[in-house]
Formats: sequence, structure tokens, C-alpha cells
Amino acid sequence: MSLDTILASAASIAAIFSALMVIWQRNAVISALFLVLNLGSVAVLFLTLGGEFLAAVQVIVYAGAIMVLFLFVITLLNPAPLKERFASGPVMTGLTFALGVLFVAALMRGIMSLAGAGGVMASVGEEYGSARSIGELLFTAYLYPFELAGVLLMVAMVGAVVLARRQTAGED
Amino acid sequence: MDAAMIKEIGEIVVRMLIIFTAVFTGVGYMTLVERRVSAWMQDRLGPNRVGPQGLLQPLADGLKHLMKEDIVPAGAHRMVFVLAPILVLVPAIASFAVIPIAGDAINLQDLGLPWDWQIKPFIADVSVGLLILLGLASLEVYGVVLAGWSSGSKYPAMGALRSTAQMISYELALGLAVLPVVLTTGSLRLQTIAEAQAGTWFGFIPHWNVFIHPFGFLFLLIAIFAETKRLPFDLPEAEPELVGGYHTEYSAMKFVMFYMAEYSTMIANAALMVTLFFGGWQVPGLALSQPWMFLIQVGAFSAKTFFFLFLFVWVRWTLPRFRYDQLMNLGWKVLLELAFINLLVVAMLVAAGVM
Repeated sequence: MSLDTILASAASIAAIFSALMVIWQRNAVISALFLVLNLGSVAVLFLTLGGEFLAAVQVIVYAGAIMVLFLFVITLLNPAPLKERFASGPVMTGLTFALGVLFVAALMRGIMSLAGAGGVMASVGEEYGSARSIGELLFTAYLYPFELAGVLLMVAMVGAVVLARRQTAGED
Repeated sequence: MDAAMIKEIGEIVVRMLIIFTAVFTGVGYMTLVERRVSAWMQDRLGPNRVGPQGLLQPLADGLKHLMKEDIVPAGAHRMVFVLAPILVLVPAIASFAVIPIAGDAINLQDLGLPWDWQIKPFIADVSVGLLILLGLASLEVYGVVLAGWSSGSKYPAMGALRSTAQMISYELALGLAVLPVVLTTGSLRLQTIAEAQAGTWFGFIPHWNVFIHPFGFLFLLIAIFAETKRLPFDLPEAEPELVGGYHTEYSAMKFVMFYMAEYSTMIANAALMVTLFFGGWQVPGLALSQPWMFLIQVGAFSAKTFFFLFLFVWVRWTLPRFRYDQLMNLGWKVLLELAFINLLVVAMLVAAGVM
């Protein structure tokens, strides 16, 4: 077993464990922390696959920016920990279980189809996943989706500012 | 274990030992530098009793804090309370893994040691080293937020609130300030950025990025003062308003860990400025054989870094503190825009082929 395999296995186990803990924890702050751990483990997985740039971006954007804001808001509101688990009837439980099985089945099918292609790692070159190659792809082949996503985010941001301002103006 | 494996592990261990020993010694002695320099500026003596010129003071402080009682307040969330100082310290220390301290690797045999080990001038050679540094810097916020929340008391909570808002605000400006350097160098690897600054103009002006990107450097300097929560931006720890900020409830070694994190962040940021804008380990016009080249480059890098650390201390004891709204206005309404305009101008010049 190579060092990469050990690292990848450890990161996978950490990712699954932390994802489960996000749901099981009753304290919102602890839940958010496990989500950070989950994002970190996924970043390590990117690293073991040679995606240094993706790993760095994953940490900066998700762990460094988005989750910090989540945690900021949660600690600001400081909600009381849940006293009990979400109440659910047999119908909801059954539905959840069925959907879960369906999702895992779809996921496994996707992974199996990749494994049949004779190894994913063998097909990538030296530059694969570098900042340069990702940048080139974004600004050539995926230019329109990329710019559209930018516009979408901009609209969302302006919308959030407008909504927040209207509320404070009403209170004055 | 065969010889090749011992050699590989040995090489890694030696370079980790060199860099982390330097960092921890630096952190310890920065506390002394801060106290002695502040005393000097205020016409006092400062701590000069423990050892010659007070040089053993950091050791005495460390011992004192080790033996103090470690209190966890009654209202605290115990697990997170213990976790918070670790989460602040680890990213601060880890960022040194990607900073290069010299140009070429050195063989231990050149130093007269019996091992044929090549010691690289950095711990990890990452192609996106600069992004790793920015990412680690953004992770430091967690420890601060959690320290404030888990203490279960209002002053730490307010301190954490302030510092989170401040760190998030200035992180953007910090990222935008360093990007022009990436544009002209064409790499995110710190060693490549340092190597690109070799040579001189007209034989005496070093080919350093600070002369190409003076505004980028200025914005980075301001953003770093805010990121490290130093005066004039030290609102998260403003002691007359908040007792002590997010670490009010901490004592003994946990309290020391916050201080160690603060000083190692300072050293890391000083090293970042040196690497990006002041040629890193470069000494213009110097060409020597190993090991002298390596030693002088490490010395030059340390000296440049120390200059910025001294600047941090100097500014702290010179300038008054900003008001909170002034800080936020400066970050969002001035610094961010200026850094963005700077980036746009440099990008256009690069696209036009001028730079």
C-alpha cells in the first residue's frame, strides 16, 4: 500500500464519518464544525488525486469563507441544542430510507461505469488539475457557463443587499 | 528500513527541524523584542533581569505559564474550549511549510556532517503554495470564533464577533493585493516567485517586486496589519473596551497558545511579504559556493523578515487605534476597490505586453 492510498483511505473515512456527525449532532455549532472537517477531508482527497489547485480552492472558498460565515451566524444567534431528534412517522422514515437506497444505487452505478473504463488516473496528463489548465478550460470551453454563473452570483448578491436594506428602512 | 528510505525520511525531518526550530525560537523571542522595543520607545527599561539583557525571559515566561492553573469556566463548552486554541495555532504554524528560505538545496556533507542528505530550502514544494498560504490564513478565523463562543461569556463573544468581521473583510483585500505579483510572475509557486526576482536594474536596484508593484505592496501591508490584528487595527483585542477580546477566559498554556499563534502569524506574514515583494532569500549580485550561499541566503531571508517584524512592533507603539466603523469603511470602501483597480491595471498592462 502506498502512502497515497493510506492517505486517501483515511480522508475518505474521515469524510464519511464527519458527514454522518453533521446530521447526528444536536448542537448546531458542533454540526458546522463537522461540516468543516468534511470539506477538509474532501480537499485532502483532491490532493491525493493530484488536484492541488482544487484542494486549495476548496479550503479557501468553502472552509475559509462560506463555513466561517455559517459559523459566524450560528454563534451570533446561539440557538439552544435540540432536546430530541426530529420526530418522524413511519411514512417519513420509509420514504427517507427508500430515497437513500436509490441515491446510493445511482452513485454506485456511476462509479462502476468509471471503473470499467480502465482506470481514471491513467488518462490524465502532467498539467491536469493545475491552475493553468483549469483557467484555460474556464475561459475557453466553459466560458459561457462560467460567465453565467458569475452573473447569477452577482444577481443573488444584489438581491440580498436589496432585501436587507428594505427591512432596515422599514424599521426606521 | 533500507538506506534510501532512511535518507528520505532524514531529509524531511532535518528540514522540518530547521524551519520549526527557527519559527518557535522566533515566536518566543518576538515577545521579548516587543517588550524591549516598546520599553525603549517609551523611555523605560523593559524586562532585562533574566539572563543577559533579559534574553532568558521567554523561557521564564513559558515555564510560568506551564505551571499556572488551567481554568475552564463553568459556562464553557469544554470540548470546543480546548479545541479553539489548537485551531488557531495549527494553521499559523503550518503556513511555514511552503515558504522557501533559500535558493538551492544544501548537502549536509558541505557542512562537514557525515550524512549525504540533500536538504531542500522548504518543507513542501507545492505548485499552488501562495493559495495554500491564503487558505491557511482564512482557517485561523475558526479558532477565534470558537474561542469566543465556547467561553460562554459576553466579552469573548464580542471580541470574536469583531475579529471575525475584521478578518473576513481584509482577507479579500489581501488576496487582491498579492494577485498582481502572480500575474507578472506567472506562477503560484513561492519558490518560482522568489527566483523570478533575481538580478538588478542598472546594476544597483534589486529586481524586487516591490519596485514593480509598489501599490500592491502597500495594500498587502495594510491588509496584513488588519489580519494579524495589530495596532492600529487591534479592535478584537482592544483591552479598554473588551477586557481582552476572544481569549479573555483563557489561562495558562491555552492562553499562551493564542499568543504563539499571533506571533507566528506575524512571522509568516512578514515572510510572505519578503518572499513576494522583497526577493525572498535573494541577495543581489552574490555568487558563492555552497554551503556559504545557503547560509547567507537564509541569513538574508531572516534579516528581511525581522525588519518587517520590527515594523509591526514599531507601528504598534506609534499609532493610535481606529474606530470600528472607520476600520470597516477602510476595508470595504477604500482598500478593496484600490486593490481591485491595481489588479485590473496590472492585468491590462500584462495583456498589452508592457509588463
